[in-house]
This record gives sequence, structure tokens and C-alpha cells, in this order.
Amino acid sequence: MNPKRKNRLILVFLILAGVGAAVTLGLKALDQNLLYFFSPTQVKAGEAPLGYSFRLGGLVSDGTVKREKDGMTIHFDITDNAETIAVTYVGILPDLFREGQGIVATGKLDGSTIDRPKGKIAHFIAEEVLAKHDENYMPPEVQDALDKADVEGKEAMVKTAAEAASAKSEVSGEKAQ
Amino acid sequence: MIPEIGNISLAIALAVSIILAALPMIGAHKNSLQLMQFSRYAVVAQFFLISVSFAALAYSFTIDDFSVRYVAANSNSALPMMFKISAVWGAHEGSFLLWLLILSGWTMAVAFFSKSLPLSMTSRVLSVMGMLSIGFLLFIIFTSNPFERLFPGALDGKDLNPLLQDFGLVIHPPMLYMGYVGLSVVFSISIAGLISGQLDSAWARWSRPWTVIAWVFLTLGIALGSWWAYYELGWGGWWFWDPVENASFMPWLVATALLHSLIVTEKHGAFKSWTVLLSLLAFSLSLLGTFLVRSGVLVSVHAFASDPTRGSFILAFLVLVIAGSLTLYAIRGPSMKGGGYFNVFSKDTFMLLGNILLTVACAMVLLATLYPLLDQLIDLGKLSVGKPYFNAVFVPIMLPALVIMSMAPLMRWKGDNFSRVAKHMIIPVFVAFAVGFSMLLLEKGSVMVSISIGLATLIVSSVVMSFVDRVRNKGNAFTAFKKIPLSFFGMNLAHIGVAIFVVGVTFTESMSLQKDLRMEPGDTISLGGYSFTFEGAKSHQGPNYIAYEGAISVVGEKGETVAVLTPEKRIYQVRGMPMTEAGIDAGLFRDLFVALAEQLDNGAWSLRIYYKPFIRWIWLGCIFMGLGGFVAVLDRRYRLKVANKKTVAA
Repeated sequence: MNPKRKNRLILVFLILAGVGAAVTLGLKALDQNLLYFFSPTQVKAGEAPLGYSFRLGGLVSDGTVKREKDGMTIHFDITDNAETIAVTYVGILPDLFREGQGIVATGKLDGSTIDRPKGKIAHFIAEEVLAKHDENYMPPEVQDALDKADVEGKEAMVKTAAEAASAKSEVSGEKAQ
Repeated sequence: MIPEIGNISLAIALAVSIILAALPMIGAHKNSLQLMQFSRYAVVAQFFLISVSFAALAYSFTIDDFSVRYVAANSNSALPMMFKISAVWGAHEGSFLLWLLILSGWTMAVAFFSKSLPLSMTSRVLSVMGMLSIGFLLFIIFTSNPFERLFPGALDGKDLNPLLQDFGLVIHPPMLYMGYVGLSVVFSISIAGLISGQLDSAWARWSRPWTVIAWVFLTLGIALGSWWAYYELGWGGWWFWDPVENASFMPWLVATALLHSLIVTEKHGAFKSWTVLLSLLAFSLSLLGTFLVRSGVLVSVHAFASDPTRGSFILAFLVLVIAGSLTLYAIRGPSMKGGGYFNVFSKDTFMLLGNILLTVACAMVLLATLYPLLDQLIDLGKLSVGKPYFNAVFVPIMLPALVIMSMAPLMRWKGDNFSRVAKHMIIPVFVAFAVGFSMLLLEKGSVMVSISIGLATLIVSSVVMSFVDRVRNKGNAFTAFKKIPLSFFGMNLAHIGVAIFVVGVTFTESMSLQKDLRMEPGDTISLGGYSFTFEGAKSHQGPNYIAYEGAISVVGEKGETVAVLTPEKRIYQVRGMPMTEAGIDAGLFRDLFVALAEQLDNGAWSLRIYYKPFIRWIWLGCIFMGLGGFVAVLDRRYRLKVANKKTVAA
């Protein structure tokens, strides 16, 4: 083999090895760090894994935000208007966190349940709570979850598609503003 | 009336840009001097028309013309004047107008600073830039017209998003756009080169200053964004791996690779097709970034409510640009002759490796940014990629890049021998090991800290070594020093900037202290050797907000007063939106950062207190990089061209 070709071969080999290692590393890291999104309805249906981090999104239920005496531990409920999950978070909430606001929380289910008048609901420990920059902005996943829960609820109750559609357009009309 | 003038100028600008896209290209093809020379007039006309349109929008903001929908949505009579001006690019429509203005500005710069280039080449570059400008004009006119009227006009505006009412917003987008759009020049030069088939050293030498200038703006723009996020919205973080941040970081990585591979192409024609590919990619990634930000397809802190038709327009434009340029590349690519032959152990190889690391890093960011999107398409459920991914992937790729960065400048082109390089590296390596190991003795020192600081030291000490090398055995050291070209100073400044950046990131990430707690007036806590006393919070009225202003007095270890921090919690009245303004005592070696979170009972507040060592070094490093690029562009090699031009003109 002439030196020119040998050189080129070594180079190509080095590059391939390097890129291969990086890609393997990347895919592995990706696999370990994917965060799935679940709505309260999905959590209730048992789709969310216990003990793994995921993102839970919905509206903060009215009248549920309670603060412990230390000032830093906060309890509230997240709902998609069909199902509700109890959330505990220790730390500082984003400025736009309010009752009725759409939020996304990252964290884990701890396996326990909390008693509420309507029955036992799952308990979620949040490590991070996100509300968005824009007070009218609804996180798309939350919007989607709300729409789905809304459609399912309406179908079960009245089974008129027209009503579901009008309710949906109301929601999206709000979003456009 | 004024908004209509703005609107009409946009329409005429579209006609002009169509002419700009067509005539010079035909002229270059037919070798018609008249057609080619005509392009300069079109460029000036286009810049003038777009400036008029931009000024019209700015004017509508300053006189509070709330019959213009965009003004009504993003301004308010109580908004301070500085923010009325910056509100022009505070939202979607106006930010595209700014993009367009900058594009036409860059086009002007190309038309007037390229007299040394063959006219046919300049004409083709201008024509490609004209085509890009058609795309953006169509986009603005048909999907995001900022001059749309509201009937009846609003009594008052809905106010600018409070987050954006900040000095950071005044300068961050223009800087970043200068960088993004600057890459369009490099893109156009490559396209022109591909069309004409002239991709030689001269082509590379001509691309280099444009690439470096765009890169400088991009670097500073990203740094400004990070700084702004730190004090305005990040609760003390400086980078979040948010899709929109990634959108600006990807073109930066590719542009950095590009400006290095252009050096090799200019020196001896190697890596030609790779360089061209990078220049096409860099601009495509800028466009992709715009698409991601503006279409709202990704979940991001920057995702403001958006419109799907805009998304599909940009997507179509993106596909057209990428597919078009890559097709041209595929057709013309094979005719590019490979560059000179070089040994495995040479500067060329190291430049190539550095390039590959940067590109792979970019690919990893791209993968993680787009993965959620792909996943959504095949409906596996919604997901996002967590921050640990980026740290896990990025750090192992960047550490070897730092080693390459310190060695490559000391190596010779085409081939070098190991013992010569080793002789030069021995002192820097020794110093790096000494400093690196001493990091283990620090209180919170870890292997990671010791490696990163060791590598930062390696960069700085090999920079020193490379200067020593330049003046040693050259007789008079002073004259030898004076002979060192500016571009060499530029490169080293930028490399030292990277070292400063690495030191900043390492210490900030590993040694920051944070406390979130409830404090009543009079409470004191200590953090990082300082004691913080909460003196309470009082309310006051700002121009368009009401605020609680807290006072936290900070006392050092010896009992000396360090600062009184005054973080604020503002409620912007028009939108009823709360905002946190941090109180920061900045220093070269540490920042003290206090933010008011929420008002609790009895005058107590929940607060976040940070001790952030070396965080300023992160942005200082970026400033050094930018400065390095700036100095490199001033090099005689590029200045000579201007001088020649003058003699020709005389």
C-alpha cells in the first residue's frame, strides 16, 4: 500500500471510530434522558411508570394551592378537567404559576394516594414546575390533553359531536388571543 | 398614512429584489457588463425601501398608533420610549422586518466591499442574496404583515411582554440576527462559487472575513442572550438547552468549524468540498432555527403563541433552500478537485479532527432538538429531552476538542514530526498538570473540575508557548514580535476566550451555592462566606408597573458591608403579569444573586439566594472570542485588498 493511501485509510478509520463512539454515546444518553409527557387521564389509566421521571401537564385546580409553614413546600392539584393528580413541590414557583393556569411539572409518582372528596388520587412529587413566558400561552401538550379529555367527557355525556366541536373552538379561540 | 407607506415600500422592495435576483445572474451568465453593474442600484434601492418600511413601523410605535394591529398588540402609551423602539422587533412580524433589514444591509456591504472580486462573482452573490430576500419579503407580506390595520383602532395597546422590557432585548435580537443573516453572505458566496465553478484559494480568502464577522456577531448575540436569561428570567441559570437556544448554538458550532476549515482551504486548497458543505449547512441551520422558533412546533420557553401557516411557509422556504443548495452541491461537488496531500500527523489532520468534533457536537444537539418532533410525527406520545443528555454528550466531545485546540496552533501544515511538537508541548502540559492537580485540593474540587481547569490551562500555556516560538531565535525579539500578523493575535485571543469560558463554566457549575427559603424581615442566613439579612420589602410605582422592592444587606466574613441588594417583584399593569427582577452584586470572581419569589404572611417572602463563583467569566470568554475574531479580520491580508482598491480607484 502506498503511504498516501495508508494515510488516508488511517484518517478515515480514526474519523469513523470517533463519530461511531460519539453517536453511540449520544443515543445511549438520549435513551436515558427522554422525558415522556402524560396527562392526568393517562396517569389515572396507569400509563405512566412508577418511579420514573416524566412530565405531567394540566391546569392548576382552583382552590387547591396550599403552602406549608416553611413557606417552601407547596401542594396543589393538576387537572385536565377529567382526572386530577395531587402534586407536591418544594421550591420556588415560576412567576406565572396561578390557579387555573396551564403548567407542566417534571417529577415522579411516589406510589401513594391522597384522599379527596371525590376519591383517592395519585400523588406526584415535582422536581421542576414550568409555566410559560406569555400569560396567554398554553403549553401545546396541555392544550392537547385538555382537548382530548374534553372530547371524551362530552362524548360520554351527550354524544353530540357538534357540542364537542364548539367547545373545542372556544378553547382554541382563547388560545389565539 | 405612515403605515401604508411602509406597506407600499415593502411591495416595491419585493419587485426590486426580484430584479436583483434575476438580472445580475443573467448578466454573469451572458457576460453582460451592463446587467451586472445594474445590481448595485438594485441593492441600494432595496436597502432604502426596506429602511423606509422599518422606519415607518418604528414611527408608528413612537406615536402610539394603535390602529396598527402589531403596535396595539405590543406597545402601550405608558411604555418607556426605549422599549417602544425595541418593541419593533419584540414580536414575530417586526422581528422578521428586522431580519430583512439586516439582510439588505449585508447585501449592501457585499456590493460595496467587494471591488477586488471579479464582477461576475459579485453579481452572482448579490443575486443569490436577492433570492433570499424575495423569500423573506413574500413571507412578511403574505403571512406576517406588521402594517395590518385594526378597525376600529384600539384605545390603548396591550403592552410589550414585560419579559422583553429590558435592555437585553434592545440589543440581543439585532446582534443575533446580524450573525444569522451574516451567514447568508457566506452561503451566497458558496452558491456563487458552485455555479461559476470557481472554488479556489481566492474564493476561500474572500469568504473568510465574512464568515468571521458573522461568527463574531453570532458569538456576542448568543452570549447576550445567556446574560439576559441569567438576570431576567433564568432564576440564575445561564444556559438551559432550550430548543431555541439550541437553534442559535447549532449554527455557531458549524460556523466555528467553517471558519477553521476555510483556513485550510485558503492555505492549500484542502477540504474544499467539506468547507462548501459547512457553509451551506451553517445558513440552513440558521433558517431551521427561525423555523423552530416561529412555527411553535417545539415546546420551548420562547414559544409564544404562533400561527401554523407561518410555520408551513418557513418550512417550505427551508426545504427549498436546503434542497436547492444541496442539489447544486451534488451536481457540482464531484468537479471540485481534492486538496493537497498531507500526513496523518499534521496541522491539517488536527484541524479536520476539530472540525469533526464540532460537527458531531452539532449533530448531537440537532438530534436532541428534533427528536421530540420526529416522535410526535409517528405519535409515540409527547416527549422531551432532558438537560442531563446534553451534559452527558457535550462534555466528552468538547474535552478532546480543547486538547486539539491547544496543539494545532503549534503544529506545521502538511506534516510534522512528533518529537518537535512534543518539545513544544512539554512545558504547557507540565503547567496544565500542575494546575489541574492543585484543583483536587480545593474544597469542592473533583476529577471533572481538575480535568477542565487543567485543559483551560493547557490552552493558555500553549498560546504563550506559540508566542515564545514566534520570537525565539529570530534575533531581535521585539522586531520579531512586531512582525506577528494580526490574525495570529486574533486566533490566540479567541482561544484564550475559550479557556476563560471553560473556567467560568467549570466553577459556576461545580461550586455554585443556592438556597431557597422563607425569610421574615430581620432574618439572616449565611452562604458562601457572606451573610444575607432580609430587611423587608416595600411597594413602589414604576412607569407601567407596580413593584415590591426588597432590601437584602450583605455582609462579608470580616463584618464589612458588601452590598445592599434590591430585588424586585413587579406586576405589569396592562397584562397583569408578574416579573422577577433579581438583585445582583456582580464581581469578577463571584456574583451574589437574590430574587424575590413570593410574598408570604407577616411581611415574609420566599427568596432565592445564589453564590455564583466565576459566572462572569462565561460571558467574558465570549467577549474575548468576539474580540479575537474582530482583530483577525483587521489583518493586513484583508486590509491590503482595500489599499489596492484605493490605488486602482485613484
